[in-house]
Amino acid sequence: MQFSEAWLRSLVNPPLNTQDLGHLLTMAGLEVEEMVPAAPAFTQVVVAEILSAEKHPNADRLQVCQVNVGEAQPLTIVCGAPNARAGLKTACARVGAALPGDFHIKQAKVRSVESFGMLCSAKELGIAADAEGIMELSADAPVGTSLRDWLALDDTLITLKLTPNRGDCLSIAGIAREVAALTDQPLVARDMSPVAPACTDTLPVAIDAPEACPRYCGRIIKGLNPAARTPDWMVRRLERCGLRAIHPVVDVTNYVLLELGQPMHGFDLARIKGTVRARRARAGEPLALLNGQELALQADSLVIADDTGALALAGIMGGAGSGVTDGTVDIFLEAAHFTPDAVAGRARAYGLSTDSSHRFERGVDPELPGQAMEWATRLILDICGGQPGPVTVAGPGVAPAQGVPFRPDRARRVLGFEIADAVMAGILSRLGMSVEAAGTGYLVTPPSHRFDINREVDLIEEIARVHGYDQLPAIPLSGLQVMLPAEEGKRSVTHMKSALTSRGYQEVITYSFISDEVDRDFRVEGQTVSLLNPIASQMGVMRGSLMGGLLQVLRHNLNHGQERLRLFEVGRVFISTRAQDQPLRVGGLSYGSALPEQWAEKARGADFYDVRADVEALIHPLVARFDAAAHGSLHPGQCARISIQGQSVGWVGALHPALVQKHGLAKVPFLFEVDLAALTRHPVPRYAQEPRLPAVRRDIAVVVDAQVSVGAMLESVRTANLPLVAEFSLFDLYQGQGVEPGKKSLAFKVLVQHTEKTLTDQEIDAAVQGVLDNLQKNFEASLRG
Amino acid sequence: MNLEDILSEAGQAFAAAANLPTLDQVKARFLGKTGAITEQMKSLGALPAEERKQAGARINEVKNQVEALLKARRDALQAAELEKQLAAESLDVTLPGRGEGVGGLHPVSLTLARIESLFASIGFAVADGPEIETDFYNFTALNIPENHPARAMHDTFYLKDGGLLRTHTSPVQVHYMQAHEPPVRIIAPGRVYRVDSDATHSPMFHQVEGLIVDEQVSFANLKGVIQEFLQRFFERDDLRVRFRPSFFPFTEPSAEMDMSWGDGWLEIGGCGMVHPNVFGHVGIDAERYQGFAFGLGVERLAMLRYGVDDLRLFFENDVRFLRQFA
Repeated sequence: MQFSEAWLRSLVNPPLNTQDLGHLLTMAGLEVEEMVPAAPAFTQVVVAEILSAEKHPNADRLQVCQVNVGEAQPLTIVCGAPNARAGLKTACARVGAALPGDFHIKQAKVRSVESFGMLCSAKELGIAADAEGIMELSADAPVGTSLRDWLALDDTLITLKLTPNRGDCLSIAGIAREVAALTDQPLVARDMSPVAPACTDTLPVAIDAPEACPRYCGRIIKGLNPAARTPDWMVRRLERCGLRAIHPVVDVTNYVLLELGQPMHGFDLARIKGTVRARRARAGEPLALLNGQELALQADSLVIADDTGALALAGIMGGAGSGVTDGTVDIFLEAAHFTPDAVAGRARAYGLSTDSSHRFERGVDPELPGQAMEWATRLILDICGGQPGPVTVAGPGVAPAQGVPFRPDRARRVLGFEIADAVMAGILSRLGMSVEAAGTGYLVTPPSHRFDINREVDLIEEIARVHGYDQLPAIPLSGLQVMLPAEEGKRSVTHMKSALTSRGYQEVITYSFISDEVDRDFRVEGQTVSLLNPIASQMGVMRGSLMGGLLQVLRHNLNHGQERLRLFEVGRVFISTRAQDQPLRVGGLSYGSALPEQWAEKARGADFYDVRADVEALIHPLVARFDAAAHGSLHPGQCARISIQGQSVGWVGALHPALVQKHGLAKVPFLFEVDLAALTRHPVPRYAQEPRLPAVRRDIAVVVDAQVSVGAMLESVRTANLPLVAEFSLFDLYQGQGVEPGKKSLAFKVLVQHTEKTLTDQEIDAAVQGVLDNLQKNFEASLRG
Repeated sequence: MNLEDILSEAGQAFAAAANLPTLDQVKARFLGKTGAITEQMKSLGALPAEERKQAGARINEVKNQVEALLKARRDALQAAELEKQLAAESLDVTLPGRGEGVGGLHPVSLTLARIESLFASIGFAVADGPEIETDFYNFTALNIPENHPARAMHDTFYLKDGGLLRTHTSPVQVHYMQAHEPPVRIIAPGRVYRVDSDATHSPMFHQVEGLIVDEQVSFANLKGVIQEFLQRFFERDDLRVRFRPSFFPFTEPSAEMDMSWGDGWLEIGGCGMVHPNVFGHVGIDAERYQGFAFGLGVERLAMLRYGVDDLRLFFENDVRFLRQFA
């Protein structure tokens, strides 16, 4: 909310400068977002009257003016503005004046005529963005007076960022009330006493929806002067709050809205037929609004209607057909109370946000309609004349606020510091609350404008706020110190991340939303999870895999000159919208050579096995199985499902050639994605005694069909529990000369071990033979000659 | 040869040996089975008994001297050979090391880790929750009923199949309190989402929620914890913290936290005492227990800590940027 400081100070004027006033508001929870001067600094500009304007002897477009600035002798001033004319009251910068933009006025010869000053446009004075010609002041402007005083330019436009709970401060009076309470200063009251009726005309008012509109005040004012103009002071105040003058009646209702916070509406009496009725809309009922919008109403909307149909969207906006116009003579003035529930969400449903709906959504003082009606009537009569009728008051009204029990001890416990009962009671009283002693505490009844106060904690907050948050102590936590559990069998995410960073991987964080197309390319589980209101179509769905985002980061970095990348991300993927279907995953991407470019190492492109080793390091100390399986985004022949203890936990593989081509990649990226939850648990180490005697190593080389899975061979021997075989592992693979095509030669290391005794050659040979038999039987392996 | 000659000849011969094998051959000429010294010993038998002892002693003396000469020469040759080997094996140690390089963590992760460890040091455990939330957890349970104007402050992403992207980490409070009895002392770091994208707003960003529930935890403690955290996080004891009254439906009293920075104040997050209605939603006795909650903007902290001046850099993931935070 933007308002004029001068307007505020007309209601309460604490001994604080503008900066301090702003600080006071901010620290009371009414955050000042911006403070800008109403006009930039300038000096020696006065109200002047042009006595005569004659064509410059040497220039067609210039005039030589005689200008009265309130001194005995008029000044001669050369002026180029076409609207400079005899009799015009305007702004004159005198010789010596300093104008915005460091512009100094000097006596000067203009085409050989001496000029003693400058007649100014609003633009030249920095009080308007654009101007046609010099300023045109009202005829009653007193010549010689400082322009700053006459236009009240020494003012500040203050913008507050109000929180939704402080609807009571959406008005000058509300802010003034707050300032008065904070500074203990007197508050100027507006005259809201009843205006005596000068005619007896009324309209019948009916309320069909009292839960939404508990109070409706209406009054006819007849015989307005259609030629009346809104006075300058009011136009100025409206403008400084960001509103333009439209029509005296509209201006007065806007003025009252700004000053008191009560939205009002003026109808043209001639356009209302029959009874004024506050009722729910009929579904689809048409209503043309003031802003030109044509609505088909929803049934939950509240309207003000007459016998012929809806006239206005209650508390939001008036209708196009019933508002005041230039020719309006008789009006029906509305000041009503609509509950937040009746307005909240409705304006937005129609794409509307108005000053009125903004206030009703946050709540308006239910006692205000009657008072605002009288103040608005006075202002209209002052400006437009006319004869007011009596006020029609309909509706049950809003029940007065209940007293809230307040326990000073509770407040001290919540706030954590000592503050006397009397100090707290004093603060509440200053806020206009009635504070009565009740038992060991108080019964506090808030005033009608503090409809946000209805429980004890609301009062505690008010005490803290007015006392000053900066006055409260900052005290470290105390109490029983308990150590946090430290589960040794649980690996932290940080720990897992460092397994990857130590292998050259750089962490990235990408958006959780990606394009539908990328998601389709990488999602292998669940359904597309689409956003209803994405920020852009390429961020339209929640990712089903981390791979797409990693690929986009790869693309970005390749475009920026990188050649080799190791990337990973830890984040959630979205299988569905259910809470249990949003697993945390760690995904990685490897692109480019196996090692960074370096001397004395032959460059070699990273392959599946390099990335598999990275995944194994990530999973360590758990041990995973890698089995050939199909994944839509990965190369069918270079892709493995990763499982731990029989449970599938992720994937690793080369990007599918079709996707490599689609993304225009020169090399093939390798990707992996693993469920983080599967990696967090591992057994706490348990010591087992190692055999004292060294194991005996025997190497064997066998030839098998090239299609045979080495993993299956290793597993076959390891799970066979062959006697004395302590370890069985691969150390070489060979295909080529000397090995029959379609076959491969595999070299294995066999460690033979007895826990207690030294083995004889015979026993060792027998153990190795057991291994060979197993391989022969299960894989048709033959010992390589 | 008399003994003096042997001694002088051995000295010359050892000195002439250019390497250890030669030295061993030369050694045999004097100390071997047929060496000069050995021959001298053998000749002792021919001497009369009364001279034998003196002559023997004299031979032994020369023998010791020859052996000392030998040892000295051997040491010298060994030292020279080691010298030669070392010279031959010396490397250009200024050549770069080989192997894989080291990656690094994202600056937002570094910041989160720092926040977690500071809070862990005063007993805050880490909690987590889903990012696609229900209206209940993101709003209703946090005392933000439907149509409340506070919802407009949240610019929520909704999903076609129902649900929404959490707009803050506060729903974790509700999940945690539903599952745990007080006392509660947690932080909940994570991604949050708002429909907002410009130079200073990202549609996805990170928050750290803090929650503590106990019998005597006060607003003054909240101030104390936040002030200490910011001072430790920025390693600046002179850093000042300002609490400004504000409004969040799920806390009361509520405050915005500002931190002194340069000549002014910077907003760091929001906080307040847990609202009794929130306790009501999770079945905690609001008369017995009270607590506070806070939410910190992680990117803001990371930007200040590391001097990053553009929020968008965090999600562009240019490795040249990321590698600065290894």
